[in-house]
Amino acid sequence: MLNIGKIEEGFVLDHIQAGKSMQIYRHLGLDKLDSTVAIIKNAKSQAMGKKDILKVECDIDSLNLDVLAYIDHNITVNVIKDGEIIEKRSLELPKQITGVIRCHNPRCISSIEQELPQIFYLADEANEIYRCRYCDEKYSEGDASSL
Amino acid sequence: MENLRHLMNPLDFSVEELEDLFDLAGEIERDMEGFSHKCDGKILATCFYEPSTRTRLSFETAMLRLGGKCLGFADATSSSAAKGESVADTIRVISCFADICAMRHPKEGAPMVAASRATIPVINAGDGGHQHPTQTLTDLLTIRSLYGKLSNFTIGLCGDLKFGRTVHSLINALSRYEGIRFIFISPKELRVPDYITEMLRQKNIPYEEVIKLEEIMPQLDFLYMTRVQKERFFNEEDYIRLRNFYILDKEKMALAKEKMFILHPLPRVNEISVELDDDPRAAYFRQVQYGLYVRMALILTLLHIQ
Repeated sequence: MLNIGKIEEGFVLDHIQAGKSMQIYRHLGLDKLDSTVAIIKNAKSQAMGKKDILKVECDIDSLNLDVLAYIDHNITVNVIKDGEIIEKRSLELPKQITGVIRCHNPRCISSIEQELPQIFYLADEANEIYRCRYCDEKYSEGDASSL
Repeated sequence: MENLRHLMNPLDFSVEELEDLFDLAGEIERDMEGFSHKCDGKILATCFYEPSTRTRLSFETAMLRLGGKCLGFADATSSSAAKGESVADTIRVISCFADICAMRHPKEGAPMVAASRATIPVINAGDGGHQHPTQTLTDLLTIRSLYGKLSNFTIGLCGDLKFGRTVHSLINALSRYEGIRFIFISPKELRVPDYITEMLRQKNIPYEEVIKLEEIMPQLDFLYMTRVQKERFFNEEDYIRLRNFYILDKEKMALAKEKMFILHPLPRVNEISVELDDDPRAAYFRQVQYGLYVRMALILTLLHIQ
């Protein structure tokens, strides 16, 4: 049995699909944080078989969690304050995502314009379809690892 | 500029705002002389990163007819883009020189990037295969002027419905009006994309897809023709088999209603026989004239000139 200590303030991201924790680690910019981060891979899960868990010790207002919903909206976000869970946050698909996925349309201005942010908007919530803000090209592969 | 506004997409303007724009275009049509000094002292920059004769000349004529002046470039090689300047930097510079800018760019979304950095109104004059809003405004004004309305029509769209951006924009724009029924006439290789038919189903707008033009001619209130391009076909045999379906001639027009006007975004190649040019229902050259009126009205609107 692996024991990881409690955190005083921060997040516990639970029910991450096994193997996706490093992707989330990168997208949340956790490598840039000067704080405790625990990455638990392939933990046993009754519901999922295997799952990943991330524990992050940080100010709860310091992370933008919008990207999580795009990667996997089944992730459970537990917000921790004074060592206790104060909130279980549900994830909703963000209306807009910036700097997470890249437009693959070679005719899009974002393929050549310097330092242009990659912005996608939620075009169809039911089918989880995002489109590039510049050229309206569809991006629906659910692959957030491309940036 | 206060209330800075751009035109990127034909749907940027509400139906009510389009009515105002078309009313203004109508006033210009009736009394062009009365508008000949409205833009005295104003400058239009035409920033065309790819060649386009008709659209650029239409914009420049519109500004000259309003009493303003024009500057700009007609292809990317004669602009600082050839030195590697970004669209964002170019528009910041142009904003120092001109009062309004019309931009055509081969990259989709380039005018939107320009609009996000501009301090003057930017008009999308065509961005790759994405949008060409002033063509759609031209088409709508033409229909409204010919019929006095934009609702309750059976509309035929014929030819390359898959890649034609003017067709997609026009369908989107017309889908906001009541009583519209579409008939799409194309080979199955060039049918309208799924996202368009999905949108029509969601809005409960009736549509039909057919292959032969003759079958549905008697039903149409107007017909929007486009060019079937040989390079879109996978093999020469299919192209040869299908191309003649879409040549509109006197024989096919004999099946049409007496007031079924023909529209075409131009350039035409052979899809409308020249024998129809003198038919009073051939509206495609009048369409060019309406394009001028609507661009004049658009310049005045975006510059907030009464």
